[in-house]
Amino acid sequence: MRKISLRSILLYLALAFGAAVMLFPFLWTVITSITPQGNLSDGPSLIVDNPTLAAYTELFDSIPLPRIIINSFFIAILSTLLQLITGSLAAYAFSRFEFKGKQFVFGCYLATLMIPLQVLVAPLFIMLTKMQLNDSYFALLAPNIASAFGIFLLKQSIDGVPRELDEAARIDGAGHLRIWAQVVMPLTKPAMAALIVFAFMESWNSFLWPLVVIRSPELMTLPLGLSYLQGQFTTEWNVVMAGSVVSIVPIVIVYLFAQKHIIAGMAHTGLK
Amino acid sequence: MNTETTAKTSQLESLHRTSQRKKAIKNAIWVLAFLAPSAIPLLIFKIIPMFASAWVSLHEWNMIAPMEWAGFGNYTRLLTSSDTWAVFGHTLLYIAGYLPLVYGGGLLIAVALNQKLKARGFLRAAYFVPVVTSWVAVALVWQWLLNPKNGLINYLLSLVNLPQPGWWTDPTWAIPSVILASAWKDLGFVMVILLAGLQAIPQEIQEAAAVDGAGRWRRFWNITFPLLTPSTFFVVVISLINGFQVFDQVYVMTGGGPSGASRVVVSRIYDLAFRYGEAGAASALSWILFAFILGITAVQMYGQRKWVNYA
Repeated sequence: MRKISLRSILLYLALAFGAAVMLFPFLWTVITSITPQGNLSDGPSLIVDNPTLAAYTELFDSIPLPRIIINSFFIAILSTLLQLITGSLAAYAFSRFEFKGKQFVFGCYLATLMIPLQVLVAPLFIMLTKMQLNDSYFALLAPNIASAFGIFLLKQSIDGVPRELDEAARIDGAGHLRIWAQVVMPLTKPAMAALIVFAFMESWNSFLWPLVVIRSPELMTLPLGLSYLQGQFTTEWNVVMAGSVVSIVPIVIVYLFAQKHIIAGMAHTGLK
Repeated sequence: MNTETTAKTSQLESLHRTSQRKKAIKNAIWVLAFLAPSAIPLLIFKIIPMFASAWVSLHEWNMIAPMEWAGFGNYTRLLTSSDTWAVFGHTLLYIAGYLPLVYGGGLLIAVALNQKLKARGFLRAAYFVPVVTSWVAVALVWQWLLNPKNGLINYLLSLVNLPQPGWWTDPTWAIPSVILASAWKDLGFVMVILLAGLQAIPQEIQEAAAVDGAGRWRRFWNITFPLLTPSTFFVVVISLINGFQVFDQVYVMTGGGPSGASRVVVSRIYDLAFRYGEAGAASALSWILFAFILGITAVQMYGQRKWVNYA
């Protein structure tokens, strides 16, 4: 039997306390969502008298939730896939090729992250109106086809992959596409898994852009639905919180799937 | 004989040169092929609107009537206004508190959760949940936690006889309140990036050092931390870029108050554009902010050689 040290007990206590602090607001959201309408004014309490799912049925009755969820999933999955492909290609180029003006081009990529979205919205809206692409799935997707954030994240990770592996593959006759797909990308799995989580989340939670660009109710995404709820149920916090719970759960599931790969580590990647 | 050799070498040289040129062209084609799928959408949906906003910033425009040329009028007006300096000051104060807290906390959790632990998966998920929650739901909870009268945090402080600040209702404590809530929400983001970085460090190096008798602290400072610098660099650059654009949490938690004490740069941009309909001034302030962030990022890009270790 291994002796349980004082150090590990303290570590577990600290981590458990931290996790409780982290989860508390989420717990509070769930609790509010199952509190009956009449008891909301008493303020939050951890033990709910007569918990009810009424807020959830009201939620489904007031907005076309299944359609909204499908829209959100569709856009989030598509933009995540596109960002992974466009991002890993660009990251490979910035990490593995030498070319004139590389620093400048990379700087231009990063610059796209540095201006607040609030001012880009108007020009982007006018542009898409002229292209007659407003109020469409494409309009929702457009700003998230490629992301400098993801490219930067993957580049930092590819920079850490030893170049000897590229060389070995090249001697075996592999070209850049093969090296990208079969050597470098599998070794950056943790970073790619992290990018999947962030890209999905960015699209899933994006609010300002869909608000500006979407008119048709059948193209609404979750944040638009939630903001509609907040306008509609100004005092019925249980309904609003039920909407929050519905919007949080899918990302937590995506995270749980990706987490395995973030943890996977070098043992599974063939690098010894 | 002699001339023949020179002729031959020059022939060889020119052959070599053409093959090198061919190689350079091939290289350029590969670079273009790898960059185009990201460069084209970024150009159309980010860079062109950015330049459009630069054009707008040189005009008076309420987003309805035609634009009127204003030259650098918006810029001089903004740069000489004390209000601009105030919002920049608040933003810097926010970053000064936020960055050390979120990086230090994220590193601590990432290192702790990179060990073999029971319930590790659950703990990692727990620390990540705040990242995915929406500010609208979370702000309410934080307003309640930091409520000066009956909030949980002041209750806990009263138990240990510490002073209980007015948090978001007090001008001095409004920004610290936003810092606290933001650090709580972004800790999981930093943790995930650093965990991915920690995972990429080969175990063998750690084990070799342990065999050589290096203790935990020595191993951390001499091996783990230096090998984690690419991830650290990423976190610092991205956190500064995002930190200067802090807005959502301020908007929903304090609304910029009390009496403007927590108004940040993007709050001002938002007010100019969507409250006062001054799209020109809003764009100009965005470009001032952009220049600021660009300068800071450029300094970091240049300085990374001094401290970031790449393979």
